Amino acid sequence: MVAILYLISALLFIFALRGLSHPESSRMGNIFGVIGMIIAVFTTLMFKSVLSYYEIGAAILVGGAIGSFIALRIEMTALPQLVAAFHSLVGLAAVFVAAAAFYDPVAFSIGKVGSIKTASLVEMSIGTFIGAITFSGSVLAFGKLQGTISGKPIVFKFQHLINALIFLLIIFLIVLFVINQSPTIFWTIVIVSILLGFLVVIPIGGADMPVVVSMLNSYSGWAACGIGFTLSNNLLIITGALVGASGAILSYIMSKGMNRSIINVVLGGFGGEQDTGASKDNSDKIVKQGNAEDAAYIMKNADSVIIVPGYGMAVAQAQHALREMGDILKKEGIEVRYAIHPVAGRMPGHMNVLLAEANVPYEEVLELDEINHDFPMTEVSFVIGANDVTNPAAKTDESSPIFGMPILDVEKSQSVLFVKRSMATGYSGVDNELFYRDNTTMLFGDAKKMCEDIVKSLSA
Amino acid sequence: MEAHSSEVFVIGLTVFFLACIIGYYVVWSVTPALHSPLMGVTNAISSVIIVGAILAAGPQGFDTSKIFGLIGVVLASVNIFGGFLVTYRMLSMFKKKTKKTKEKK
Repeated sequence: MVAILYLISALLFIFALRGLSHPESSRMGNIFGVIGMIIAVFTTLMFKSVLSYYEIGAAILVGGAIGSFIALRIEMTALPQLVAAFHSLVGLAAVFVAAAAFYDPVAFSIGKVGSIKTASLVEMSIGTFIGAITFSGSVLAFGKLQGTISGKPIVFKFQHLINALIFLLIIFLIVLFVINQSPTIFWTIVIVSILLGFLVVIPIGGADMPVVVSMLNSYSGWAACGIGFTLSNNLLIITGALVGASGAILSYIMSKGMNRSIINVVLGGFGGEQDTGASKDNSDKIVKQGNAEDAAYIMKNADSVIIVPGYGMAVAQAQHALREMGDILKKEGIEVRYAIHPVAGRMPGHMNVLLAEANVPYEEVLELDEINHDFPMTEVSFVIGANDVTNPAAKTDESSPIFGMPILDVEKSQSVLFVKRSMATGYSGVDNELFYRDNTTMLFGDAKKMCEDIVKSLSA
Repeated sequence: MEAHSSEVFVIGLTVFFLACIIGYYVVWSVTPALHSPLMGVTNAISSVIIVGAILAAGPQGFDTSKIFGLIGVVLASVNIFGGFLVTYRMLSMFKKKTKKTKEKK
């Protein structure tokens, strides 16, 4: 009976993910997920060994209240750090469950204190190891995304060697733990893994966060898997594998969007190439600068406009003003669409959520490969808070650190408007030659303010 | 008993690999626009680890294991409620255009 109920719950989780193949079916999918979770929790509460309903109920209420409060209050622009924070909790929970299994193996029928089955010990320590890495890695990612810790990559000598040695040390500790089952060694594994989690994320820079967040998403799944093996619980194994696969695929998509190999991602340590981004001296080139009225004029006289949003739009919270601008243009009969680069923003799909929040219909929001061939037929590209993802150097300059990265071909449209705060280079440290082209107009200023000003000029 | 436990492990491994394959295909079918909600949902369902926490917190009396279990329940609950709610919020924003759709592409 229990096995059947767990199976139903696992199937519902699969449907929950499946629902996300289309926005229309996604809401139902989320409901499937909730039902699956309710079934899983109540099934477990029905176990004969589970007696302390009050304590468990209270714990669920406390956790649920905190979770609900945060989820309902959070600003959509702060989503990446929220997700990172949630991942850290999954990791920590995995560590606590593993510790509980270690201290009371009888409750999980994996042996007695001091004589736990070898297989269970191995699974337990792997679950603990991944859980602890997920925890500390996510805490650090949260700090970087929130801005509490500098988003700059911190690189030092022998970084990879040190990480590799720590990894070997953990394997050694796990072997030792399996042999003597000592609590001291268990907690040493926890602490060393936490340290490794920090070290893995510390060299990774702010704009690479989409990969890190997806990677930690994946880890949190594998941690659940490890615990699932410890408890011989298929529901945990299935769910953990789903989440692990999901995070891995997202990391793959994100790293591909930046033309980095998945190995490079797993090892961490990227973002250290900033210094090599030595750009040609462009100080003598002329930049055409414009203001909101110019932008309004250019767009008003176009037939089609493609808007390219980036992280700068999220920082400036410009999505609502941007949508207003788009609405006015549409009223003028101009075709307005949005082009999203896979790594725009700080987490997968970040831009899509922000545009959706501003009530931009999702049919107008297109992915790179859906819209890229339309740029030559487009009159105006309006780039707001994005830079590297439009840099043609990725296609032409082999020495460029971003060479090979897929970009949005805004250069092919008749004119390009760049909303930027300054001439500063993007995250990669590479200068964007597009800024100096004749058909480019730079609009310096805060993204939100600029959109509002353009709206004013358009309606004037 | 030992032979039996290795069998259990192999079953677990079978389930694991099959689930990975299902996950692979299901996740590739997710539209890129919904990658953020995907993270929200996966985050919520990975907290199914609460099952283990409940088992640890289950027995009467108070010992180390039970306290760890209860902490696990609290942490996982934050995630379950938070994860599903934030996903709900995200998904409810993805609206279709009500007016007639302009020609695409």
